[in-house]
Amino acid sequence: MTMEQKAPPKTRDWATDYDIFEQEYVRHPYPIWDELRENCPVAHTEHWGGSWMPTRYDDLFAIAQDFENFSSREILVAPIQPPPDAEASPFYGVRAPPISSDPPEHTWARKLLLPHFSIKAVSIYEEETRELANSLIDKFIDSGRADAAVDYAQQIPPRVIASMLGVPHEMADTFTGWVRNLLELGLTNPELRGPARMELLSFLNNQIMARREKPTDDLISRLLAAEVNSEPVSHIHLLGTCLLIVIAGIDTTWSSIGSALWHLAQHPDDRRMLIERPEIIQNAVEELLRAYSPVTMARVTNRDVEYGGCPMKENDRVLMNFPAANRDPAKFEEPDRVILDREFNPHIAFGVGIHRCAGSNLARMEMRLSIEEWLKRIPDFRLEDPSAVTWAGGQVRGPRNLPVVFP
Amino acid sequence: MKVKVDQEKCQGHNRCFVVASELFELDDYGYAHEVGDGTVPPGLEEKARLAVANCPERAIYIEED
Repeated sequence: MTMEQKAPPKTRDWATDYDIFEQEYVRHPYPIWDELRENCPVAHTEHWGGSWMPTRYDDLFAIAQDFENFSSREILVAPIQPPPDAEASPFYGVRAPPISSDPPEHTWARKLLLPHFSIKAVSIYEEETRELANSLIDKFIDSGRADAAVDYAQQIPPRVIASMLGVPHEMADTFTGWVRNLLELGLTNPELRGPARMELLSFLNNQIMARREKPTDDLISRLLAAEVNSEPVSHIHLLGTCLLIVIAGIDTTWSSIGSALWHLAQHPDDRRMLIERPEIIQNAVEELLRAYSPVTMARVTNRDVEYGGCPMKENDRVLMNFPAANRDPAKFEEPDRVILDREFNPHIAFGVGIHRCAGSNLARMEMRLSIEEWLKRIPDFRLEDPSAVTWAGGQVRGPRNLPVVFP
Repeated sequence: MKVKVDQEKCQGHNRCFVVASELFELDDYGYAHEVGDGTVPPGLEEKARLAVANCPERAIYIEED
């Protein structure tokens, strides 16, 4: 057991006053979820505009399936007040379909995207991802230490996304900065969020315009060529879908790779198991996704609805705590134990229902290859200083600083 | 034994395909369906059960003879 697994002192009534941005929650949410699941399975808070938060697997499953009552038109944990001049913005009305869509738009918007994220479609990027992982390791292996989050996990997803979109890899750090300002630091700070959104949309807008002039074989060009009901897709829709690909494909996967390495740094037996039994890697990826699920999305109620005895009003937010569902002892045996060859594992880290993460195959591929290549080159490593590990939380949880040493 | 995918429920998680590629195939969108009429060849019964157990949508079911 690590230091992270000790129960923290109780500082607030989580059932009626939770704050998912509080450090205690960000660093070590598991005992809080246990308490909520047991005593108040749909918690409530007035923080950040107010929300409800289910923590039991069956409740998350049921709410995710009920898109009639629980809309995806707003998916952020904290409501964002648009600036007063929002309607004057050239990108007014750009959303992030299909993640921000409800049926019927959702149905075709998702179909537009899915073929490009199938197991077969993402396998095209495998070789490049392996090479990328190795080139990153080359840079630090001789020094005997690395920040496994900053120097490795953080570097992989933005480059794979850049390749898919057909933009230069040099854009990777800029992508990362924009996404952090949008979803991590900017979630509670509109001053960071606004400019980041504008810059990212301007960049993507220019990319789309360039592909209209001169199509290539990248994802943007293929989306431009696609038709829905024999019509090309509107520019504003396409821009929103490209925005989604960038914001959903970067800090999520980076968080998962980082959490996996954080776990492996502290569990030599698990490292050994993966090295001796490489064939269990797919089970291991699912188990690490279950135990360290990074993503909490929101829903908004379409009407007054009572769920689990809770009187939800129209336009109330519901935080989809998939990470807590994945540690529900009613669903998983020994949920707090990471069992890399776990066979029964219907986790919902990628959500469940019509909004199942469209990029799940890409995320799994990146996780699998990042872990495999790391362990081939660095089979033995540990945290340099557990207190130096920092976590991002809120909507996407994962390590942001992860100093490790290896012999 | 036969294994079936409920097309209304499948959301394309692809867990069944990864667990038992002998028993399931995927369409261009990643939605799964059973191979042929779903008959599970001898020796693959356990894989069929694992596919059922790991489907997050509870979309896969077994028809015993």
